[in-house]
Amino acid sequence: MTTIPSNLRRVLRREPRVRPTTEPVAAPPERVEAPPVEIAPNDPLIAYFSGATGAVDIGALQLDSPALEGLREAGIKLVVPLVSQGELIGLLNLGPRRSEQEYSADDRKLLNDLAGHAAPAVRVAQLVREQEAEVRQRERIEQELRVAQLIQQQFLPQELPQLAGWQVAAYYGPAREVGGDFYDFIKLPDDQIGIVVGDVTDKGVPAALVMATTHSILRAEAPRLLAPSEVLTRVNNLLVEEMPAHMFVTCLYAVLDPASGRLRYANAGHNVPYVSTEGGVTELRATGMPLGLLPEMTYEEKEATLAPGDTVLLHSDGLAEAHNPEREMFGFPRVASLTGEASDGEVLIDRLLKELQEFTGPGVEQEDDITLVTIGRRAARAAPKEKAERQLATFEVASEPGNERLAIDQVAEAVAGLGLAGQRLERLKTAVGEATMNAIEHGNGNRPELPVEVTVVTDDTDLTVRITDQGGDRGALPDVETPDLEAKLAGLQTPRGWGLFLIQNMVDRLETAVNEHHHTIELVMHLKEEPDARS
Amino acid sequence: MPGAEFRAEVREHASTGVIDLHGEINLGADQALLAAYDAAVRDDPRTVVLNFAQVEYINSTGIALIVGLLARARKEHRTVRAFGLNEHYRQIFAITRLSDFMGIYADEDSAVSATVST
Repeated sequence: MTTIPSNLRRVLRREPRVRPTTEPVAAPPERVEAPPVEIAPNDPLIAYFSGATGAVDIGALQLDSPALEGLREAGIKLVVPLVSQGELIGLLNLGPRRSEQEYSADDRKLLNDLAGHAAPAVRVAQLVREQEAEVRQRERIEQELRVAQLIQQQFLPQELPQLAGWQVAAYYGPAREVGGDFYDFIKLPDDQIGIVVGDVTDKGVPAALVMATTHSILRAEAPRLLAPSEVLTRVNNLLVEEMPAHMFVTCLYAVLDPASGRLRYANAGHNVPYVSTEGGVTELRATGMPLGLLPEMTYEEKEATLAPGDTVLLHSDGLAEAHNPEREMFGFPRVASLTGEASDGEVLIDRLLKELQEFTGPGVEQEDDITLVTIGRRAARAAPKEKAERQLATFEVASEPGNERLAIDQVAEAVAGLGLAGQRLERLKTAVGEATMNAIEHGNGNRPELPVEVTVVTDDTDLTVRITDQGGDRGALPDVETPDLEAKLAGLQTPRGWGLFLIQNMVDRLETAVNEHHHTIELVMHLKEEPDARS
Repeated sequence: MPGAEFRAEVREHASTGVIDLHGEINLGADQALLAAYDAAVRDDPRTVVLNFAQVEYINSTGIALIVGLLARARKEHRTVRAFGLNEHYRQIFAITRLSDFMGIYADEDSAVSATVST
């Protein structure tokens, strides 16, 4: 027996036998429940009852119907169809009369009247029940969406990595029915950084859970294995064992060495990243199967070097595969072309989202999650090469406490002819002093045999002082934070920690460059500036 | 390179401890500055005034020493005022917000009497 409309089955199961109307009303009714009888939707009995005009005597009925047999076996003698607005919504099933007499014409009339009144009431009750079930279902779905969103947000980075000389930007826009997009930045040894963009097939809580698992495995394996292809191979093997049926994960994993611009990457079936370069837009192609489908997959590993001014765009398919009302796709060529037009990553993300909005039209619900991550190598350092840079001085000081005064005096002497106004010169001197102190103490560890190199150059627009120590292994400068003076005065923090803050507030621009052996801090003062409001 | 060595002299002016600072305020000034402060508060004045007129150089370590001194004075419920700062160090005291916690005055009389604020 297959299924029957659920409302019909409910009636069959719950209706007690109707008792003869001649029974004394005061006597407690003896309720005997007929065993449920399943009626298949294609059983001819349904059509027969739908068209019946009143109570039907089961014994006399001639139909090739399994359900009819079932009713007879259950001891049903008379069936009164409950029909509301032409639709069969239930049956009143009656066994034999207790008097063992046949149902009379009066009984049948009474039952027919009863059915005529009961049917609309039962229908209303059914509708209310259906409505309540729908509300509960909607609430359950909404709750699931909230859970999915919560899981998703839990695993997205709270902040972007700060890399000296690089601009990192990211956008994550969940669809209402949250998809399985994710991205991540993973700190790796040697100041390298792992960059992840992925997309789990499916939506909602299952996708969010797979995303969380993938995220955790990546975080655990990336710092250990380093090579992107090995990381994806390992993640795939671990995921295959846990992946629910019909689900998989596409994932692009790249490792950036900020010092050199070297980017190694492997791709598990994710969208191909685009790179905006001086010579146009290029693609970072590498082959590999999505994660979680088959064990022992291998992933091609490729490498690119990002030059100053280059920007990489990693993107999920919520962007390129978005549709307009004419069902046309936003398309990968458009994403590539826009990548080539933007001046930097943040501008690129804004532009892509603006173009997408214009393409899909106003008020259109987003089809899928959209994730965009850009990694741009700043072009600023290339500028001095373009302009004629004139060296004003270059000298070394030994790494001994107090020698910053030597550096200050020599820089002041070197810039004497540039017309740096009094207060701005004082600012530069303070910045040079602090930067040299840092180089002596933190870069060279107060070891007198290690020199601090100081170079003063100008391109007639800017004055740049480069202070280099031998501490390339200490990486780029940390973020400059404003010291909390209240906490220091309350004795809750050390009174120290003013150096970087001072430097940043003294100069017009502060940059750092790091390589394997050297750490350079660049102090830039504009020469042809409007009078500085700060000076 | 040894710079102008730091030294500090303490005197009293109208029941206020005045510390005349000389030379460079850097790491090397630590002990002398503390000793000067101890001397200045020996008679438990409510106010200590720092004279920066003869100071040639203050680096970030020097700023930290002044913050430490100010923290101690606040713990002892003393007021610290300053005068004699040149324009550059006035700016640095403003950027570091030291001037929010230490009145900066044009000269000694104003600082001691605290009637004229600049």
